[in-house]
Amino acid sequence: MSTTLLAVQTLNGLQLGVLLFLIAAGLTLVFGVMDFINLAHGVQYMLGAYLAAMFVAMTGNFFFGLLLALAVALAFGLVLEVLVMRHLYDRDHLEQVLATFGIILFLNEGVKIVWGAAPLHVPTPELLSGSVAIVEGILYPVWRLAIITAGLVIALVLYIVVAHTRVGMLIRAGATNAPMVSALGVDIRRLFMIVFGFGAMLAGFAGAMAAPVLSVEPGMGDNLLILAFVVIVIGGIGSIRGAFVGALVVGLVDTLGRSFSVDLLRMAGLGPGDARTIGPAIASMSIYILMAAVLYFRPTGLFPAKG
Amino acid sequence: MADAALPKPLAAPAIWRRLWLPLAIFAALALVPLFFPGDRYVLTLVARAMILGIAALALDLVLGYGALVSFGHAAFIGIGGYAIGIAMEHGLVEGFVTIPLAIAAGALFALVTGAISLKTRGVYFIMITLAFGQMAFFTAQSLARYGGDDGLRMYGRTEFFGYRWLQNEVVFFYVVFALLVATFFLLRTIVNSRFGRVLRGAKENERRMRALGFDPFRYRLAAYVLSGAVCALAGALLANQTQFVAPAYMSWQRSGELIVMVVLGGMGTLTGPILGAAVIVLVEEALSRVWQHWKVIFGILVVLVALFAKGGIVHLIERRRG
Repeated sequence: MSTTLLAVQTLNGLQLGVLLFLIAAGLTLVFGVMDFINLAHGVQYMLGAYLAAMFVAMTGNFFFGLLLALAVALAFGLVLEVLVMRHLYDRDHLEQVLATFGIILFLNEGVKIVWGAAPLHVPTPELLSGSVAIVEGILYPVWRLAIITAGLVIALVLYIVVAHTRVGMLIRAGATNAPMVSALGVDIRRLFMIVFGFGAMLAGFAGAMAAPVLSVEPGMGDNLLILAFVVIVIGGIGSIRGAFVGALVVGLVDTLGRSFSVDLLRMAGLGPGDARTIGPAIASMSIYILMAAVLYFRPTGLFPAKG
Repeated sequence: MADAALPKPLAAPAIWRRLWLPLAIFAALALVPLFFPGDRYVLTLVARAMILGIAALALDLVLGYGALVSFGHAAFIGIGGYAIGIAMEHGLVEGFVTIPLAIAAGALFALVTGAISLKTRGVYFIMITLAFGQMAFFTAQSLARYGGDDGLRMYGRTEFFGYRWLQNEVVFFYVVFALLVATFFLLRTIVNSRFGRVLRGAKENERRMRALGFDPFRYRLAAYVLSGAVCALAGALLANQTQFVAPAYMSWQRSGELIVMVVLGGMGTLTGPILGAAVIVLVEEALSRVWQHWKVIFGILVVLVALFAKGGIVHLIERRRG
């Protein structure tokens, strides 16, 4: 395993990590503040990618397309909140899981009706296309660096909002003890709606940013949703800091595991044949093993929000 | 006070009032091959509904009676199926060996994952069962020797005493039927036993059960293992029916569907899951014939079930009857 490959894969891991963070941030807040399991968060990521694909093709400019996609993703999140989610806050987790599972089935099929079953392609914006040399002789795509940068900037903004503004204070208070916040005269329903809408928008933003790198297709959010759940469970539900740390850990472990598991097993003394069979299996299981281990020793995650 | 803490076993007349519905369902199922003689399509469809009914029954034990929302139960179905498929790949087709093997494999996986998952509560339990389900899914996907992502095709059904009885659809139908009835009465007996009452008691009030000297963890783990074993049996049957097993059997959407079946039919009723499985299988079949994008409608139905199906179909029927 060469150091150059390691550098490239570390960057790829970071890129996956920040995408996961963008999804997990909304998920963990909705979860933490409203005690609401939103399985449909992954399809909101998918929807962001589809909206970006549509609006970029329509306007011919990635950034206009992105802005339009974000606006529609936010609006869609709010509509979903009014139509379905708000009727479920007081219900069991089971009913929440079920309803949002239905939304997944609906949207995964719905995008096929609207945009067709074939994967869509979104061109990388010209301004940020091409590659740069990160180290002597290694080229890395600028767009992927842009994803990482955007993710880190949003993480910083979110941190400032959550830690140093009034809304952020209410969100933190809500995650710790929602009935108390409500009793103190805060309109908790409106807070829920804002958190849900912006969570949906962040997931949509992740989808739009990932669109030029991945192919936009039905079900693209499903696997990422499960990864995002792993992230927030590892990080501790309701904690933005936990989501950030968890996302980077999961992104790096998953990416590096996939590219180096075979080599590591061979170094541990396995034959090349065995290593090639077992390696990928262990790599795809690694984050789940990590999650099980974290939960076993710290049943409420690394940074639990509730005291 | 100690007596009040445990739900009482049912009195004799109440038993018949509660049993008319499942008995009616079983009678209707038993008559299906007589009304549709030689109709492979109907026999296969109803047998599939009954197999998923067995799996839904298994899920109801932990979901309905233990309030443990397992989002990874499809893994047990897949494990049961793969046990049959892999054994056959190595030339082992005798059902009296492979079926217990499949059940044992499911029980073992349930024991290991349950021992870890049941340390957690609520949302965390949902997530960790989901994660274990995904682990099983990816493991199956990486089994290159056994078909990997494409799945494992089997050359025939399980044999008993060297004979291929199950190759006949009617025989297969009644074997599945018998196992469904057996599973129902086994789980019913367990739920109403002291064990089941402790399980339900821990769901209502864990602290009180502890105070009474019970360790809920051990009861929950036993229920989880039993549930996994029964689900693996359903998986073994499913693999036999289609003569095929694939990682897709374990996908998390499948786990979600199982939950829908239980909730739609009525949680904690044992009759409900059987009805729910039948309704879902039939609705899926009907919708998919009408419209290629039937999942859009199905998704809306699932949302409506979650929002309005308080108590499920069983509740509706029994309330109407007074």
